[in-house]
Parts: sequence; C-alpha cells; structure tokens
Amino acid sequence: MTIQSPAGNAAAPAGSGEAPAEPADTRQVIRPYGDTTGDGMVQMSFTLPVPAGKRAEAAALQLAGKMGLEPASVVHAKPMGPDFTFFIVYGRAQHLIDYASIPAPPEREFPLLSAKEADLAIRGALNRRLVVVGACIGTDAHTVGIDAILNVKGFAGEKGLEYYREIEVVNMGAQVTVAELVERAKERDADAVLVSQVVTQRNAHLHNTKQMAAAFHAEYPTAVAAGMGRPLLVVGGPRFDTVSAEDLGVDRIFGKGTTPAEVASYLVHALLPREENR
Amino acid sequence: MAPQGKLDLDPEAVRAARRLAARAAEPVIRMARTHTTVSVERALLRLAGLTGADDGGRPWVNHLADAVRDQVGLEGGVALPVWDALLNGPYGTLRDLAEATARGRVTFRHPGGADAGHARDAARAAARGGMDRVDRRRAERDRMLREVGDPPQPWIYLIVATGDIYEDIPQAQAAAREGADVVAVIRSTGQSLLDFVPEGATREGYAGTYATQENFRLMRSALDDVSRELGRYVRLTNYASGLCMPEIATLAGLERLDMMLNDCMYGIIFRDINPRRTFIDQRFSRQIHARAGIVINTGEDNYLTTADAVDAAHTVVVSQLLNERFGHEAGLADGQLGLGHAFEINPSVPQSFRMELAHAQLVRELFPDAPLKYMPPTKHMTGNIFAGYLLDAFFNLAGVMTGQSIILIGMMTEGIHTPWLSDRDLALENVRYVRDACGSLAEDFVPRPDGFVAERARRVLAESVDLLERVADDGLLDAIAQGTFGVTRRPADGGKGLDGVVERADGYFNPAIEILDSEDPHTAHAQEEVPA
Repeated sequence: MTIQSPAGNAAAPAGSGEAPAEPADTRQVIRPYGDTTGDGMVQMSFTLPVPAGKRAEAAALQLAGKMGLEPASVVHAKPMGPDFTFFIVYGRAQHLIDYASIPAPPEREFPLLSAKEADLAIRGALNRRLVVVGACIGTDAHTVGIDAILNVKGFAGEKGLEYYREIEVVNMGAQVTVAELVERAKERDADAVLVSQVVTQRNAHLHNTKQMAAAFHAEYPTAVAAGMGRPLLVVGGPRFDTVSAEDLGVDRIFGKGTTPAEVASYLVHALLPREENR
Repeated sequence: MAPQGKLDLDPEAVRAARRLAARAAEPVIRMARTHTTVSVERALLRLAGLTGADDGGRPWVNHLADAVRDQVGLEGGVALPVWDALLNGPYGTLRDLAEATARGRVTFRHPGGADAGHARDAARAAARGGMDRVDRRRAERDRMLREVGDPPQPWIYLIVATGDIYEDIPQAQAAAREGADVVAVIRSTGQSLLDFVPEGATREGYAGTYATQENFRLMRSALDDVSRELGRYVRLTNYASGLCMPEIATLAGLERLDMMLNDCMYGIIFRDINPRRTFIDQRFSRQIHARAGIVINTGEDNYLTTADAVDAAHTVVVSQLLNERFGHEAGLADGQLGLGHAFEINPSVPQSFRMELAHAQLVRELFPDAPLKYMPPTKHMTGNIFAGYLLDAFFNLAGVMTGQSIILIGMMTEGIHTPWLSDRDLALENVRYVRDACGSLAEDFVPRPDGFVAERARRVLAESVDLLERVADDGLLDAIAQGTFGVTRRPADGGKGLDGVVERADGYFNPAIEILDSEDPHTAHAQEEVPA
C-alpha cells in the first residue's frame, strides 16, 4: 500500500527563489538522485511509538514533511507489537546542496608506504626498531580496532604492525587505565602510543582520549613535540568525525576503515627525520 | 564400513582429538583443584545467602573475604574463619558480621579443635541451604518446561542491551512475543574487570546492563510471565565470565537463569584476565552450572573475529574440544554444552558458503548431543545494511541446513549500534522466513561423499588433531602464551586478577566445593518448594 501526502509544491528549478544571481554563479546545486536527474528521491525507515493504522501513517507523513520530504509516500508500515509501527518512506527532498561550497577534505599529508618501504625507512633513519604501544583505554573492551591495526592478522588484507620487522608492538589489549598506559609507554620508551576507542556512550571516547592526552602531556612536561621528548599520540575509532586532533590534545585521529599501512606510513612521516624517509 | 554421519569422519581421528584434549587439559584441571581465588571464596558466601553492599556499593562478601585474606590468608578458605567468628561473636547473621568487619571490629582466626568442628558444621549447613535453593530452582525450571512447554530447536537467541533493566524488560518481552526463545541481557562493558558484583536493580550501563542478582530476578520473573502468556518457556542468558565468574554463576543458579556464557579461554584472550585465575574460577562456575541445570555457551566465535575464519577454523574445533573436556570434568552433561562457532568467512572468498556449511556440519557431527550455538557474521558486516541482511539470511540458511541448536539472530546494523527495536523485528522476519521456507531441509542436505564439503571438514579435523598434539606437548598455558588462540599472546603470569589466586593449604575447607566435588549434579536433590 502506498499513501501519498497532499501534492507538494511543484519542484522548483534548482537555485530559483534566491537573491538575484551574482555576476558569475559558481554554485553547483545538487539533490539526491533516484532515477532521474533532479528527482530528489530519498528512502528512509523509522519507528514511531504508536499502534499501526491510518493515524500512524499520517504521523509518519507529517514527520517526512518536516524532514523536508515533499511529497512523501509510506510504502511499508508494519506493526511491531501493539505499541510500535515500523515505516519505510520515500519522498522528494526539498533541500538543496551547493556542492561547490563543500570544501574538499585535505589530501593525506604523507605518502602511503608498503610494509617493506616503511621498514626500510625506519632502519635507515633510526638504526633501531620503532616502538609502538597500543591499547583500548577506559571501560572500552572492544579490541577490534586496535587489533585490526596491530595484530599480524591485520585488516582489509593488509598485515598489522606486528608484521613489520622494524616495528616493535606492545598491545596492551582492552580496558587499560591511562596510568597503566603511561607507565608502559615510559618503560618501553615508546615512539608512538596508539589508542582505540569504539564505545561512544555519553562521549566516553572523547573524555577518555582527552584524559589520556592530558596525562601524557603532564608526564613529559619538557617535550618539544611528538617524537621530541614525548611519544606521538594517535587515536582511532569510528566516531571522532566531529572533533579535531587539537581539541583532543593528540597528534592524529584515524577514522573508520583506516588500514595498518596508513598508520605505519603516518608513523614514518611523523617520527622520522624528513629527508631520511623520502 | 558404514559411513559415519554425513561427513564420514574417521572415528579414530575423532577419538585421538578427544584423547589429546584430555591430555592438554589435565595439568590445568590439577591446578584448578589445588587452588582457590577470592571470587570462589566470595561465591561460597553468596551461596550462604550474604547479599547487599555498603553505602559506597562495596558488597559485604568483598568486605568479609578481604578481611579474612588480610588477617589470616585465604589458603585455608574463608569458611572456617567466617563461621568461627559468626558462632563466637554477637552477630545474628553473616550481614551483621560483615558490617562489623567493615568497621574494623572483627578479628578472624583459624579455629582448632572443637571450635573448628562447630564452624565446619555451621558452614556446611549454610552451604547446603544455598545448594538446596539452587536445586529447587532447577526443579522449578523442569516443571515450567513441562507445564508451559519447551520450544523446538533451533532456538532463536536474541540480545537486549539498553543499560537499564527497566527498559530491558519490555524489550525482552517484546522480543519473546516476536519469537525469541532465548533472551540474553548483554552485560555492561567493563563489568568483566570489576572485582565485585554490583548490587541491586541498575539503570545505567555502557553498551549493556550490569549483571546483578536483583537484575537476574527481575528479568527471570518478567520472562516467566511472558512464557505463560506465550505457552513456551523463554530462556534467560547472562555471562559467567570475568573476575567474578564464580559469584555470577552462583547468582545464576540461585535465580534460575537458564544459560550462561562461560568459555574456558575467552577472558584470558579477549579481556586479558590472568589464565590461572580464569581456569580456577571456571571449574567452580561450571560445577555450579552443572548442578543448576544451566546450559553454558562457549565463545569460540570470538576467535574468528580476530583470526581468519578459514585459516583458523581448526582453532575453533580445538577450543570446543577443550571446553568439552573442562565441562565434562566439572560435571556438565553433553546437553549442557552450548559449544559456540560462527559464520565469519569473508563473503568475498569464493565458495565461502560451501566452507561455512562444511565447518558447521563438522561441529554438528563432532558434538551430536551438544546444543550448539551458532553465531552470525559480525566481522564482515560493513555498514551496508542491505548486504548485511542478505548475509544474515545465508547464515540462517546454514544454521537450518546443518541442524544447529541455538541460532543467535544477526542484526543488519551489526557494528553500527546496539540493535534497535526495528532491527530486531527485521532480523526475526529474516530467520522466520528461512526456517519456514526450509522446513526439514537438513534431512536432504547430504554432502557428496569425498566432495568439497566432506573434504574440507576432514581437513579441518586433521588440522585440529595436529594443533592439539602441539598443545598437549607444550602445555595449554604455554600455547595460550604463544598466541595460539585468537592470535593474542597471554602469558600465564600476566593479566588481571593473578593477585586473587591462592594455592590451597592442607586442610583447605570450602563446603560448597565439598558438595560439588562429592555429589552427582544430575540426580534430583530437591523437592520443589510450593510456590508462594
């Protein structure tokens, strides 16, 4: 069954209804693509805490309208027990995006190296192994992120840092306290500290990371920079996209999908004297 | 010779695998029988009925066990010092004694002569009281299974995890109404590393809800209501793992939980809990589970989240054989061994489904009487919920074709968030379709003799025997230290909780262990109490 909302406004041509055009309009207006340029079609699903029925569907359509989908149609409504209804809704998005105004994200600031190249660079520049201490800190027990980067097994077909002959990995595992991490980093004279944070309830990942960074900065008061008096601080996890490394007090944030080679390449870039690692 | 099962496994290879598992487990079992831990001692106090915590949330059992450890040591067990102090002081109950202990007013000693005899008798009576309650709970379950009805396998296993027990309850009841046969309340992240069991009904947790005695009671009672409403007994699952494994196992027995996650190596490998602590705690936990009629669920699926599901398939079988051996030794019957495995082969590997079928059928044939627990894909759930829904359907299909007993329902939003109401509903729709569409398809699934599936299964079994040989020769603790399981290296003297391990002295006395070591857990011990 498909229920249509009252016919919406006729689609306005992209960019109309705005102030008089600037001499050179550099905007690049886009909207979602279903099967025709400019159709604006969006699919979504959600649950409302009301019993299924006509009234629930009207509520779903009103929600779609308020979300900017006009017209919208309920293509599927299913009761989930007596008190909830699940909806799948299609609608035409009325919002426009000026693609030209979206800054291109910065390019990776370092070249991507193979394991062999990274090993060579380290051996050439340090004449010893690069020491990396990794952990999941706080209550976070999800070692999947840190293990993907550190374990030999690796991630996405790439071997983890344990596989690199010139990298010495100390994987402390899960639920490590900040104090334990600092202590181990000092004891091993770590070049880099890698922290993974997956659990994000009440922004635990941000609090934990800031606490960790503060502890390292306090422990190495005379440090000049990462690799100069203190270890390089790297944090990874799927939900760091709203903050910057400076906010957290760390040197680098890695997001979802980061591979071990990216991390290794970054370590080489950030820790080795620049002319050596070209 | 007639073919053995559908895969025609070599019975000698199967026997050799079990022999090697027993040899590998033996030194660890000996160690477990000659040591105790702070949590084993606290479990006795919980069995004896001591509940509650001080204003700061520190349980009374911790106060007592720590005071005994600090004053006279735990080598002889807590029982004699505690019941001696109880008999010879002005304390009406263990709780009174614990409160006085917290105020620093109790001096413990190891009683001798007649005093020791009195303390021993009192401790035995207290332990017997708790064990009787565990027995009555088991009888209660048996009666409900008869009266309300036991659902057919495969049981559909669903997870709730809101952090708030009062939010979990309606979600669990909704899940049961939608078809769940087993409800698991995921524990709060981090509880495994707490060296105490939180107290009371809890409303805040991280990615899960704390395991507490009161939360157990509330949820079991809510599921009893919905079981009667639906005409089938809905089982409740929690986690006997982490530093308080023996205490949580005991609480589960006291509150009639039906299944408990309890793996022989999970805490070591994935939570960095000390290996000795884990094995000692585990033996006691499994003895309690055996007595309480609780089905354990083992965690082999987890190995495949770090190791490759094809390369490491044999490590799953090796761990299952070890879990079986440790379980049998602790008194668990085959019907209580919910051995785990998982559908985790990378879907981009050619013939991945064929290999999944081989692995699942191999496990089914190695453990024909075990209620196998089959876990859905997690590692290759990419955030593409549509592809994930398809992968979950193939998982459900493999489960039905190979006769798995407990199927954990995969969520298409795995790896994105804890399941929403709608995620669960869609997941159940998926499994219901596969189950109903296939019917008894398992009868028709007979792999071609010497075909791909049979060959793959035989190869995994052969690799398992090779690995078990190495583990039995090197010693299990060394194998764990070398990273044999789950790729993670865990030395025997590393990890958390080693300071809670104590070698038993001559004259060690624990009346709970006395009962568990000497009585058959499966003969009916209790007449059920008349329900109030």
